Amino acid sequence: MTSLSTRHIPDRLQSPMTRATRSWEALLLLVAIAIFIANSLASPYFLDPWNLSDASFNFTEKALIAFAMAMLVIAGEIDLSVASIIALCSTVMGAAMMAGVPVWGLVALGLGTGLACGAFNGLLVAGFGLPSIVVTIGTMSLFRGLSFIALGDGAYTGYPAGFAWFGQGYVWWVFSFELVLFVVMALLFSILLHRTNFGRLVYVIGNNATAARFSGVRVDRVRFILFLLTGLMSGIAAICLTSRLGSTRPSIATGFELEVVTMVVLGGVSILGGSGSIPGVVIAALVMGLVTFGLGLLNVPGIVMSIIVGALLIGVIALPRLWAMWRR
Amino acid sequence: MQPVLSLRGITKSFPGVRALNGVQLDLYPGQVTALIGENGAGKSTIVKILTGIYQPEEGTITVDGRETRFPTAQAAGAAGVTAIHQETVLFDELTVAENIFIGHAPRTRLGLIDTARMQAEAARLLASIHADLNPKARLRDLGIASKHLVAIARALSIDARVVIMDEPTAALSHKEIHELYDLVEVLKAQGKAILFISHKFDEIFRIADRFTVFRDGQFVAEGAMAEVREADLVQMMVGRAVDQIYPKRPASIGAPVLTVAGYSHPTEFADIGFTLHRGEILGFYGLVGAGRSEVMQALFGITKPSKGACKIEGQVKVIRTTAEAVAAGIVYVPEDRGKQGAVKGLPIFQNVTLPSLSRTSRAGFLRLAEEFALARDYTARLDLRAASLDQDVGLLSGGNQQKVVIAKWLATRPRVIILDEPTKGIDIGSKAAVHDFMSELAAQGLAVIMVSSEIPEVLGMSDRVIVMREGRIAAEFAGDQMTPENLVRAAVGIEEAA
Repeated sequence: MTSLSTRHIPDRLQSPMTRATRSWEALLLLVAIAIFIANSLASPYFLDPWNLSDASFNFTEKALIAFAMAMLVIAGEIDLSVASIIALCSTVMGAAMMAGVPVWGLVALGLGTGLACGAFNGLLVAGFGLPSIVVTIGTMSLFRGLSFIALGDGAYTGYPAGFAWFGQGYVWWVFSFELVLFVVMALLFSILLHRTNFGRLVYVIGNNATAARFSGVRVDRVRFILFLLTGLMSGIAAICLTSRLGSTRPSIATGFELEVVTMVVLGGVSILGGSGSIPGVVIAALVMGLVTFGLGLLNVPGIVMSIIVGALLIGVIALPRLWAMWRR
Repeated sequence: MQPVLSLRGITKSFPGVRALNGVQLDLYPGQVTALIGENGAGKSTIVKILTGIYQPEEGTITVDGRETRFPTAQAAGAAGVTAIHQETVLFDELTVAENIFIGHAPRTRLGLIDTARMQAEAARLLASIHADLNPKARLRDLGIASKHLVAIARALSIDARVVIMDEPTAALSHKEIHELYDLVEVLKAQGKAILFISHKFDEIFRIADRFTVFRDGQFVAEGAMAEVREADLVQMMVGRAVDQIYPKRPASIGAPVLTVAGYSHPTEFADIGFTLHRGEILGFYGLVGAGRSEVMQALFGITKPSKGACKIEGQVKVIRTTAEAVAAGIVYVPEDRGKQGAVKGLPIFQNVTLPSLSRTSRAGFLRLAEEFALARDYTARLDLRAASLDQDVGLLSGGNQQKVVIAKWLATRPRVIILDEPTKGIDIGSKAAVHDFMSELAAQGLAVIMVSSEIPEVLGMSDRVIVMREGRIAAEFAGDQMTPENLVRAAVGIEEAA
């Protein structure tokens, strides 16, 4: 062999710690802290634990979906039907509730409907090779359409008291069930994406799906599972949201899909696939929650709030690019 | 004579790699300068600096004695520098004339494109390079060689003074290559300075007037072609004398490992049958399009055969997916490294461990220490050159990317390794390393299939050669029968006069 001249190749040039401190996530964390400080200076009500706890409801449900969506986007796919899946899950649960199904049955139906919707998307994308953006724009209309057929202008109300706990209950002190679920899911998804073989395959497929297939990876199976997971998380979000609102209307969760995608992109996930992290999405969820809450305390109207969130997204994404261009 | 364009002290770094370190390059009017170096020597980087895509950190660019900068591709174009790439970027749906003048078409007074003038100008430019093409023809109806002519006409249309040709003959047939040589003479006569990048020595000696050699991002030497020998150039490139002889060792050929019978595909190939033994290197020769890669990809589970069976160590295996092929011990190093081989954007170690994750992990959870250990082991065996194992595989040179892909498969401890054009487009140094390694693998008892279109490589490395033609096995040769004449005859379909 020619290995007489073998040079030693080091494992890493940068320690993972150095890399973390120079990452997008670190920058985003600084933004979050800055907003936190600005909010606490702007309003005397901000630092109240109960107010902060209440405020967490404006991002927890979306963040649950954003974790699964992040993995989907990293793998080079997208699911725009998530809000419609919520509507369909909620409608199924509402109909079952009217038929007298107990709380555990409602939960099972919510999860099952979410999984079924995810499986349908996954089958069309992974099984038939259709582009996910087209498929999920289609199912976005389809799922919500079914919900409209079932309900019309009406609503399901009168959920049992036990069902309210998922959206209104507290595990301990100010920590709501939703907030605890958010933390637990953040940990589970971090482990799944960053510490398992499955997570590695998600990155491989997002960077080069052809080479993944030429390396023996079951690309379509991974894609199918990711859609299933997104459907399941949408089902969980539907249970929380329905429980919190105490009613189901076909217009429930309208526009959630864009806020979820915003969260994912703000968290540093490349919309072209291949890179991103769950901690980034967690921080992005906090940033969006803090901004919305802070502006709410200052009595900024909702429409202005969405303008500010949009500007924030463009600003945070564009600034590093502008900075790099300016330095060149 | 004063150079048209001259580079001095050019330095360019990427994270972890110094691609160019204080290099120099001079291009003279009416002369062809060959830029010679192994893959990874910095040739592509210098082309990107000359065309305004990369900015050097240090050094000067001088055009006609005046120092200048190329902050954008447009600036390089305005200074008269143009490049014709390996895979030329043209637009299939546009006409020849539109392709030539895209971005700078002649306009009417109203600001609309003056089609008549554009076509007349295009015809004049094409005539000046003796290209017999209709300016109104759609590009998608032309062959690769004609597309090259369009690219060259485009270069002339912006009044280029420096023409960079980056492996222009890589995709051309024998006849087309000669037409290209004639064209280079025409450009020389017009006083253009030409930078010619090629791995093929015969062509460098044929058309270049001067040479510049880079090695590992450093300038090594320059001079006139008339005053240098091939062996000297090789030594300058690799920094050591290279054994040109193929390192084929006498093999001890063992029991059959892979038996293929009656493999067929509706359109690509039919009735393929052969047996591969332990310790054997089986060459597959044929013209481009003979169906060799398609057969190999069917064996690897990428495409499904319509008929036929394959046995591994006597047991019938049905291979429907790549995962099943890997499980059966068949692995495939594809020809298209960039798309099918390496996962660019991910680090080297993750590329190496990709098909071995089940071994380096525990209960589905990654163990990085195990991954680094495996990657260290196999990359060292292939003499990989990289800054670190955490480096993006996309930043490596072609030869080193190939080593990563081979390391990835060896780490799965396969029974059969299929190498599809394993040394295509990689430099002499890496080529020798790949050949050497192939020999060693066979000696260790692995069964190797090598698809290659290079006759010296096929003859030098194989124990046996199968020649394919139009999707079928045309002939099989062993021992004394393995001659260049026999291979070519079988590949093009000339029956031997018995």
